[in-house]
Amino acid sequence: MSEVVHANKGLTMADVDSKKNYLVTERLVKRFDEALAVDEVNLSIGKGEIFALLGSSGCGKSTLLRMLAGFETPTSGRILLAGQDVAKLAPHERPFNMMFQSYALFPHLDIWENIAFGLKREGLPKSDITQRVGEMLDLVQLAPYAKRKPHQLSGGQQQRVALARSLAKKPKVLLLDEPLGALDKKLREQTQFELVNIIEKVGVTCVMVTHDQEEAMTMAGRIAVMSKGRVLQVGSPKEVYEHPANRFVADFIGNVNLFDGKLSVDEPDHCAVQTAIGEIHVGHGVSGALNMPVAIAVRPEKIEISREKPDVDHNLFSGKVKEIAYFGAHNTFIVKASDGTKVKITEANTSRHDLSKITWEDDVYFWWHDGAGIVLRD
Amino acid sequence: MAIQNMTMPGKRFVISVPFVWLILFFLLPFLILLYISFVDMGNDISPFKPIWDSSTGLLHLKYENYWSIFRAGEGGALFQTLYIEAYVRSLWYALCTAVLCLVIGYPFSYFIARSAPSVRPALLMMVMLPFWTSFLLRVYAWKGILADQGVLNQVFMALGLTNEPLQMLYTDVSMLVGMTYVYLPFMVLPLYANLVKLDPRLLEAAYDLGASPFKAFWLVTVPLSKAGIIAGFMLVFIPSVGEFVIPSLLGGPENIMIGRVVWDEMFTSNNWPRATALAVVMIGLIVVPLAIYYHYTGDAAEPKA
Repeated sequence: MSEVVHANKGLTMADVDSKKNYLVTERLVKRFDEALAVDEVNLSIGKGEIFALLGSSGCGKSTLLRMLAGFETPTSGRILLAGQDVAKLAPHERPFNMMFQSYALFPHLDIWENIAFGLKREGLPKSDITQRVGEMLDLVQLAPYAKRKPHQLSGGQQQRVALARSLAKKPKVLLLDEPLGALDKKLREQTQFELVNIIEKVGVTCVMVTHDQEEAMTMAGRIAVMSKGRVLQVGSPKEVYEHPANRFVADFIGNVNLFDGKLSVDEPDHCAVQTAIGEIHVGHGVSGALNMPVAIAVRPEKIEISREKPDVDHNLFSGKVKEIAYFGAHNTFIVKASDGTKVKITEANTSRHDLSKITWEDDVYFWWHDGAGIVLRD
Repeated sequence: MAIQNMTMPGKRFVISVPFVWLILFFLLPFLILLYISFVDMGNDISPFKPIWDSSTGLLHLKYENYWSIFRAGEGGALFQTLYIEAYVRSLWYALCTAVLCLVIGYPFSYFIARSAPSVRPALLMMVMLPFWTSFLLRVYAWKGILADQGVLNQVFMALGLTNEPLQMLYTDVSMLVGMTYVYLPFMVLPLYANLVKLDPRLLEAAYDLGASPFKAFWLVTVPLSKAGIIAGFMLVFIPSVGEFVIPSLLGGPENIMIGRVVWDEMFTSNNWPRATALAVVMIGLIVVPLAIYYHYTGDAAEPKA
């Protein structure tokens, strides 16, 4: 269908392909001595896309980013930018610019000089440099601070200088290494929208690395979840959250209840799994072998909780409330089912009284809709 | 409050120890030096006369000790004395030594700072190792290397590079070789301490922004190691100015440095006031660069991001 749309705009297939596969890694591998840091990573990043590499520390995301920047040489594999292999280019020859985790601003240069550093290396005429630095300072709203040294600026301002410096050369690809990692929580929320606005305004293709799923989900159009050097799933934040490909992704992104069991019914439109807590119905088929071991993932906010027995056909269980955590916007309950399974349930705190009726050691019912659970094969 | 009261005496004591040390062994001797530099030459029994004439009870300051350093005889041309020549020569050779140490020491320190953390202590140990041998012995060893029949000349002749031995010992070259050799660790250590703190990500940022490795070194590493360069430079330059032993052992007879001049005035001419005046002027010559040094390190000590 998308081909039709593009055909109407008069684009050839090659244009579409180079737009969709602007930055491509092909079976990219990085080995440090015996340790495999990046293991056969294949990614296709579209032009103008904000793409996040998400994973915990040591998952290989930073090594992957450093290979894109040119600081690490791939053991094998290719990095293609608009079809051209750039893996052999030195960092200063690549049209990629990076915003470093702790910004790496030059402490001996003022803000103006920091932003002009890359432009001066290109040997541009002085007037062009002055104009471009001025544009960048306006873009990040730091024009009054041009003559300050980096240490005279707050963390948020330093971050904007780092962004301006990495955008000054109009890179084809912007690399962000934990862009908000050095900021405190309150500032981070405000900054992430600012950052996305600026990146989208400039329209640069962006690859970011983060361990913070919230950061990845709010900023990126697509996310690659990484673990042990491999990419486990690539998708939009919604896809990754609602349809995790496996246990690791389900567990890593957000909170999840995992119920292990065996596949007992498998029809095209639904299936059922025998678990310790009971039979769980899922509203999609898996086309697997009966009795194969699978896990059901159910997000805590998709489970309903009540003291009265509701009128539902399946996925209804009962238990005792063991823990209640009040988070302001929502409550989290830990309910121990009759078989001993502990289930986490989150309810939005929309009214002031209803849920407060449920208290410790209450006998409660909890249930969820067929569509709430996801079957995970591994 | 209680904690303050308890720690204050200890704090004062700790701070006062170096102060007392400096007063006793630096300020006091300096004042004695200053005193002698203003009195008249003595005789065989006492090397200098008291500052006041006991018969008239008048103070008797002899400025002539200083004048004679700058002016050859009454009405003579200013700054054209052997003393001034010796000062200029000393400053010049000290500058050469410091520059040579910097040129040799910088790549050396850079290499150590860039090497794997596990091998750094061993490499630093190699810099310190010469200190374990007597200083005099090490300077004498250079005589054996640079002499007409020394190791180097024998190698040169064996290789056919020269037919007769090159005059290397007792020249500017041999003196500078010796001074550079002895003072090199004083350059390497502060430079290393500075370079090892350099955040490698700053260099990566420079590469990333299009700087070639050389440009990144010149525009980032060098400016950020300014404090280390100044510290090392001063640590080499200051003692080199007054260096006495190395020029005496390795230097030629024509390059008399100020340390030698002070020695000669003191022990050959027995002119203590002249010798002390020369030393006081030399201290002045060294205090000026020191003041510059502190000005810059004070600047470099500003908090950095």
